[in-house]
Amino acid sequence: MAKNTQHEVEQFLYQQAEFLDGKHWQPYIDLFTQDGVYWMPPEPSYQTWEGQVAIFAEDKNLMTVRMKRLLHPDAWSQRPLWETNHVVSNVIIEKQTRDEIVVRSRFHMLELRRDDVRHFAGAYRHELRKTKNGYRIKLQRVDMANAQAAYEYVLQAWV
Amino acid sequence: MLQERIPDLTKYVEPDRVRREVYTDPGIFELEMQRIHERVWIYCGHESQVPKAGDYYAVQIGRQPMLMVRGSDGKVHVLYNRCPHRGNMMCGDRKGNAGEFFRCSYHAWTFQHDGKLRSIPMMDSGYAGTPLNKESPELCMKPAPRVENYRGFVFSSLAKDGPSLKEFLGKAIVAFDDMCDRAPEGEVEIVPNCFRVIQHSNWKIFLENQLDALHPSVTHQSTGRAAHEVEKEIAKKTKKGEAPLSYHMLSAFATVTIDKWDNFQTLNYPYGHCILTGYMGLRPQDPDTLAYDKVMIKAYGRKRFEEIVSVNIHHVLIYPGLSVQSPLQQLRAVRPLGVDRTLTEIWHFRLKGAPEPIYRRSLAYYNLVNSPATLVNADDLENFWKCHQGLSSDGGDWVSFARHFGRDIEKDGMVETAPNCGTSEAPMRNQMKAWAEYMRG
Ligand code: FES
Ligand SMILES: [Fe+2]
Repeated sequence: MAKNTQHEVEQFLYQQAEFLDGKHWQPYIDLFTQDGVYWMPPEPSYQTWEGQVAIFAEDKNLMTVRMKRLLHPDAWSQRPLWETNHVVSNVIIEKQTRDEIVVRSRFHMLELRRDDVRHFAGAYRHELRKTKNGYRIKLQRVDMANAQAAYEYVLQAWV
Repeated sequence: MLQERIPDLTKYVEPDRVRREVYTDPGIFELEMQRIHERVWIYCGHESQVPKAGDYYAVQIGRQPMLMVRGSDGKVHVLYNRCPHRGNMMCGDRKGNAGEFFRCSYHAWTFQHDGKLRSIPMMDSGYAGTPLNKESPELCMKPAPRVENYRGFVFSSLAKDGPSLKEFLGKAIVAFDDMCDRAPEGEVEIVPNCFRVIQHSNWKIFLENQLDALHPSVTHQSTGRAAHEVEKEIAKKTKKGEAPLSYHMLSAFATVTIDKWDNFQTLNYPYGHCILTGYMGLRPQDPDTLAYDKVMIKAYGRKRFEEIVSVNIHHVLIYPGLSVQSPLQQLRAVRPLGVDRTLTEIWHFRLKGAPEPIYRRSLAYYNLVNSPATLVNADDLENFWKCHQGLSSDGGDWVSFARHFGRDIEKDGMVETAPNCGTSEAPMRNQMKAWAEYMRG
């Protein structure tokens, strides 16, 4: 049973990464619950996304704005070649109840934009809800190791 | 050497156009750092960044790595981040607390917060018979020649002489007055997070964009449209038929179409400073604003309150390195790193004494527009990079600032754009005029 859960959450995380790398934005957003939030704090000391500085703090509505921008033909910065490649690993189940499960993992992400390569890495913490359609994200916290570093250019999509 | 190669720099600037080398020539960049950034008043930071004695922040002025530090005497000092012994950088971190004194990590010389030498290990024996003693200036950390603080905003100039900070800022001082006056306590406080984004383009390209009213509806159309669609969806679902104000901040890029930007106006001042006036819909009649108005009226009285909230500013550019959005309590400091690399340091502030929902507005803008995951600036930076690439080519020699040229209204030593000329390139002309004056040397 426990082993199955481990396998299931890993598959879920891999699926999420694949949606990002494949630029399947809507399926990516659909992985979140109706009240789900994607959150990237500026440093690890932050305890909540509400009322705080955040690199990302997006509910589904804001995620939809971001998606629509990415898909708009006049999103100039989206014209050049732009690819990402995520690897997710070190998946640890932090706690589990009947309806919810909290999972920690680590990621590496390589981004190619024009001829430039950037490398981002860090930790994910997913608060997942179990639904009849599988897991859905209530809160995804992304602590990027390079969150405080100066950004060469910006981040256009979720990491 | 540079002078030989560039016989007369001022020939590079005409009233309505500028030579491309001004943006791309590394020699001109070096000269700019000498004659502009390392001479004029440059913004270091807000005093609330360094509340306790020994608190410091590293800041780059031109090519000079400096430290802004709070002394035990309560004063904010600005020092070169360099040990006078063998040149070791004193503080290797971006920020921190030096403790009761600075201590060099190489040979343990120590210094007061104002840079004065405190101790050298075995100084008496080590320096006996030399002309050096504890009072020798060459044994002290070198202070910036001038430091001034206006309402908590600390500026430094690396030149001994020149206009005072107030003289230099002139009418652009309204950036800080507008920000502080909007606080019931008359002061702002830094929110201790700095977003740092590097642009792969010349620093002037960023400054020229700040008051470029012609670009938002083009550059940011994708974001404006996207936000507008979602805003309408949310409005449909809510009782009052309204989406949060943050959506309006973004959708305005699409709804304020290019022709409407001509209704704005720019005011252009000596030293290259400019103001873009214009109303962003930040005085709505929702309960949060009304609650804030009440606190403000109590603090200032109705007459003064009306004066404060009717200050009509969209953006203030303080040349050559600061862009302030006072009604949203944000600022961006520009630190040129090289001819084609520019760091922006982005901060926002809390209005002391204002209710939390008012802070949440500037926070929303800070997160959505100014974070490294910005929904807006990604397309600006793309254009800046493309500009710099284009200017590096032999495809043309000039950059044009001719829009509404000849229609500017000159009065009282400043230049105002004519009515319905908000998209005038007057601010760029004004910046380059100041640039040419500085570069004359
Ligand atoms: S270099 Fe600083 S003490 Fe020697
Ligand atoms: Fe812009």
